[in-house]
Amino acid sequence: MAVKSAGGGKYRKMSMSPKEYQAFAKTREPSRSIFGNCIRAFIVGGAICLLGQAIQQLFIHLAHMKPEDASNPTVAVLIILSVILTSLGVYDKIAQFAGAGSAVPVTGFANSMCSAALEHRSEGLVLGVGGNMFKLAGSVVVFGTVAAFFVGIAHLIFGTGGAH
Amino acid sequence: MQFLWAFIVGGAICVVGQLLFDVVKLTPAHTMATLVVVGAIIDGIGWYEPLVSFAGAGATVPITSFGNALVHGALTELENSGWIGVISGIFKVTSAGISAAIIFSFLAALVVRPKG
Repeated sequence: MAVKSAGGGKYRKMSMSPKEYQAFAKTREPSRSIFGNCIRAFIVGGAICLLGQAIQQLFIHLAHMKPEDASNPTVAVLIILSVILTSLGVYDKIAQFAGAGSAVPVTGFANSMCSAALEHRSEGLVLGVGGNMFKLAGSVVVFGTVAAFFVGIAHLIFGTGGAH
Repeated sequence: MQFLWAFIVGGAICVVGQLLFDVVKLTPAHTMATLVVVGAIIDGIGWYEPLVSFAGAGATVPITSFGNALVHGALTELENSGWIGVISGIFKVTSAGISAAIIFSFLAALVVRPKG
């Protein structure tokens, strides 16, 4: 089967080998430079952290919290914002632009949980929402917990007894 | 001044994540898991706390701080209640983040009609 390609009047055979197809797909992929991606990630990620810093300052000055106590409510506020933006479908648009800039902050963690919850809502609250909420975020929790366990064991063995 | 460092350090951690996406070709899940483990190790050798006091939210907002908080809970409990603290303390500090994410995601799933 042959179709007319958009550009010239040439005909292109549609049965391509996987290798040919990959080479062809590469030419049609929108070229996003790694440098440009990094700039976008830097700006959006930095902006989210800047917002976090502003919220933290509010907690410190208005609620008279110590800086180390203020980071928990700050994270909670960012998570609420992220859940709201995810529900409105805005966060995914930001993510398309920002790449890792919106995935790496804690808002990306909340986004992965919220979008999984919304996506599987139709399968019911228990099997859908309950069972799938950690589908993406689960790996972060599992690997974080296991790593923390081994770091704790290392401190136990080497007798530092918790360096903090 | 801390606002500037929060922006720069937070942005820099996101750039590391972007490089793991683009250069190392990791999936987002692998990238996040890697960053969390790195955060846990950095706190294990005691370098995360200075970073937090230097960069504020630039260090506490990225996902690396999740690993840091898990280790922090474990080590604090290790100090307070002995070896069992390694198990019982892990989620002590991170409770706010995980609980908030679970609760609000669940509420959103109750309220919001999914799109498309």
